[in-house]
Amino acid sequence: MNKSILIRGGRVIDPVSSLDAKADIYIKEGRVEAVKQGGKFTAPEGTPVFDATGLVVSPGFVDLHAHLREPGQEHKETIATGAKAAAKGGFTTVCAMPNTVPAQDSRSTIEFVQSRAQGSAAVRVLVISAVSKGRAGKELVEMAELARLGVVGFSDDGSPVGDAQMMRHALSLGRMLDLPIMDHCEDTDLCHGGVMNEGRVATRLGLRGMPGAGEETVVARNLILSKLTGGHVHICHMSTAGSVELVRHAKSQGVRVTAEVTPHHLVLTDDLVAAGAMYDTNTKVNPPLRTLRDNEALAQALRDGVIEAIATDHAPHAAEDKLCEYDQAAFGISGFETAFGSVMSLVHAGKIALPLLIDRLTLGPARIIARDKEGIGTLRVGAPGDIAVLDPDAEWQVDVKSFLSKGKNSPLNGKRLKGKVVATVYGGAVVYQEQRQVTTRAG
Amino acid sequence: MTSVKPVEQAKQHAAQKVALPPRKHVLDLDDFSPEEISQILETAGVLAEVLNRPISKVPALRGKTILTLFLEPSTRTRASFERAAKALSADIINLSGSDSSAKKGESLIDTARTMQAMGANIIIMRHSMSGAPYLLAQHTDLSVINAGDGWHAHPSQALLDLYTMREKFGKVAGLKVVIVGDVLHSRVARSNIWGLRKMGADVTLSAPPTLLPEETLEAYSGELPGRLSIEFDLDKAVEGADVVMALRIQRERLATEGSMNLRDYIIAYQVNDERMHKAKPTAMLMHPGPMNEGVEVSHGLAYGDRSLVETQVKNGVAVRMALLYRLVGASGVAA
Amino acid sequence: MPEKVILSADEVLRAMRRIAHEIVERNRGTEGLVFVGIMSRGVPIARRLAALIKEFEDADVPIGSLDIGLYRDDLSQGPSPQLRKTDISVSLQGKRVVLVDDVLYTGRTIRAAMDAVMDFGRPKTVQLAVLVDRGHRELPIRADYVGKNVPTAHQEEVQVRLKETDGQDQVVIVEASTGKEESGGNR
Repeated sequence: MNKSILIRGGRVIDPVSSLDAKADIYIKEGRVEAVKQGGKFTAPEGTPVFDATGLVVSPGFVDLHAHLREPGQEHKETIATGAKAAAKGGFTTVCAMPNTVPAQDSRSTIEFVQSRAQGSAAVRVLVISAVSKGRAGKELVEMAELARLGVVGFSDDGSPVGDAQMMRHALSLGRMLDLPIMDHCEDTDLCHGGVMNEGRVATRLGLRGMPGAGEETVVARNLILSKLTGGHVHICHMSTAGSVELVRHAKSQGVRVTAEVTPHHLVLTDDLVAAGAMYDTNTKVNPPLRTLRDNEALAQALRDGVIEAIATDHAPHAAEDKLCEYDQAAFGISGFETAFGSVMSLVHAGKIALPLLIDRLTLGPARIIARDKEGIGTLRVGAPGDIAVLDPDAEWQVDVKSFLSKGKNSPLNGKRLKGKVVATVYGGAVVYQEQRQVTTRAG
Repeated sequence: MTSVKPVEQAKQHAAQKVALPPRKHVLDLDDFSPEEISQILETAGVLAEVLNRPISKVPALRGKTILTLFLEPSTRTRASFERAAKALSADIINLSGSDSSAKKGESLIDTARTMQAMGANIIIMRHSMSGAPYLLAQHTDLSVINAGDGWHAHPSQALLDLYTMREKFGKVAGLKVVIVGDVLHSRVARSNIWGLRKMGADVTLSAPPTLLPEETLEAYSGELPGRLSIEFDLDKAVEGADVVMALRIQRERLATEGSMNLRDYIIAYQVNDERMHKAKPTAMLMHPGPMNEGVEVSHGLAYGDRSLVETQVKNGVAVRMALLYRLVGASGVAA
Repeated sequence: MPEKVILSADEVLRAMRRIAHEIVERNRGTEGLVFVGIMSRGVPIARRLAALIKEFEDADVPIGSLDIGLYRDDLSQGPSPQLRKTDISVSLQGKRVVLVDDVLYTGRTIRAAMDAVMDFGRPKTVQLAVLVDRGHRELPIRADYVGKNVPTAHQEEVQVRLKETDGQDQVVIVEASTGKEESGGNR
């Protein structure tokens, strides 16, 4: 990496400095060298120039929640293919969830993922460690040892930390290490066998439901334990209005809680399961798609800052994992490549301003894992030269066949979105560029 | 293509209603119009006569190959469909589901495609998972008849229930039907909620809250002629009812899911003489079978003179013949 | 639509009388006779023939009505026609069955009707009576009793009208429009 580039003429939005103005950005040897408003920045001769006129320039997006499937399920995704898909989605930092096979729960697995990322990934891949060995919920991982490897948090994602005592200990040790415990909040008794949101659509389709209460009871427990321990709890993929209220209240009480929401929980509802040809397994995701009321509460929370981050929960699967009965299908949506287009609908609907949306895709998540200190998610001078160039008004049709991810599992296939990533720059190098843009050289 | 000339054709059709467009699948009753349901019931009435002929077989489905794929145990539905198919001269291949390889999704599609390659035109399937028939409708060229999928739908049962009520009461519109019991897990209840309300009957669900799905009224909201309501108290629900339809209770389910204690269920929801007396004097008991006598229905009631249970079974064959006849035009010709 | 009257009300009646006489003559009485009318207009014609025979011979000929929908050879080719109830309450075993229809054309309806009749037993003979034979046979079938032979073109339509179904007795030829042909379900 460590390349140089001049991105000229775009509307630059940098949440950390509240900048929202036409400016040129010069990245020198992989780091932001200058952000110049008003008048042209003159880059050294030979510097590649990206003309961003009419486009929005943002810090590269940060995704706290992605499943890259390597090691163990390389037929679904690899770190290399996942990172390419992330780049196409505007993401320059992705956090790899530990439900690999074997799980990211030990020095050897985590070092393996880090070295694969170093060697093959187009963007920065950070590692989240499991909370418990094998994600089995029986014994804590070596949290201090793994913290020294640079993991950004601990999560048994895919499963909750079921045992309250273990959660208490994890939060206490997380406090000692200054790292978040990122919990997939699900009461596995209340949600047992569930495949979609409990409610009118599940009733009509005869599918077993997962009640919102199945998430909310665990969110509530986690908030109480966070208060008890002083540890930082991060609520993964929050999906219900009830969870929003719990977190809102806890924040007002000073509890150390942060939260993320996925694009699909912001804009899609369980009606999609009964739409079209019905029982589309690409709509099956955990937590499940909820209702319009939940969409609205989550968007409100995103605006208020009750939710700091948008995270994709990118969960690629092989075709055969979805080409089966709804009950049998794997949970998950391949989310990198439709994330920006999806959440832009909130901007177009006037529910959130573009600069704030960009905050939730960049600085917000970077702060949760304390990587904003290194400049991630910002355009500060000296920050990594990570940029997303965006066309908020470009309309396009989702075609899973064109996904760079191996996972073609998207309920948005064939749908039209408004808002597109035009190019992604990582460490000064263009790692994704839409066909239409032409790069010239300064001279 | 010319076979029957317009003249003869016009005369044959003179007395009949406008022909419905061909139908490819029978997955649930949600996509049936009241007119289509009426026509199927009328056709079933005609076909009931065929079953009484000295040679109770007609050539309507000659050359069609029907596959029955039952991945969940069933005797009566399968036998009823098989009798119906044979009375219409279809060739029939029966595949069973004790074969666990057929349990996982991909091989379900594989199985269906293999049978399609062998010349099958129609698949009649029973599956423990809701929505499975939709998978085959989407990924094969077969005509799919849903003979029961998970908790979701059992359209042929709902149609035979409608047929039975129409035969008994002259019409379905205006009837008050109480569906009692494990609505949560019942595909019969779900399909009947569609069918009865489309035909203008009012439906009351009576079940303990633990066996009633969430947001049931919202799930079936919309402009249908018949109303839907919920009454937890069965003694109140049956007042003025024309039909009391009891659903099968799976004892294992009560135990494993802790939905309700069995004794409690019997006290609160068993259909018995006393409760039938609270319904209209003409009220009849129905049950999709197989029945647990002494659980959802008290002993003796099922085969008494206030029961339509045996009539339901008898009517099943003609109704299923009507469904097969409905598909004949769109199900392709055997290779 | 221009139409041409081929048989007036009187002529329809005369044709029926002649057919009724011929049936009795050919079968040497009414012993074992059963009329099976093919729906729709074959049924009222069968009833009239029976009534005429009752008048001449004071004998009752049983009548059945037959819907041939389930026996058609084109069911796979489009929407299924609405079926009507077949009602043959007498046994056809060993009987002299006379199939009755209004118009004989391709012969496919009669082929289907013969198959259907066989399913009600094994008749001694099966005969065919039609009010109009318009030609254009596609199968080796002929009528035993014909009210009138009418040469027609394919695009023409022969319409038999009866008091019972249409308010008056009359047979006309109509130049069928293309649209009509399609709505008639020609397939």
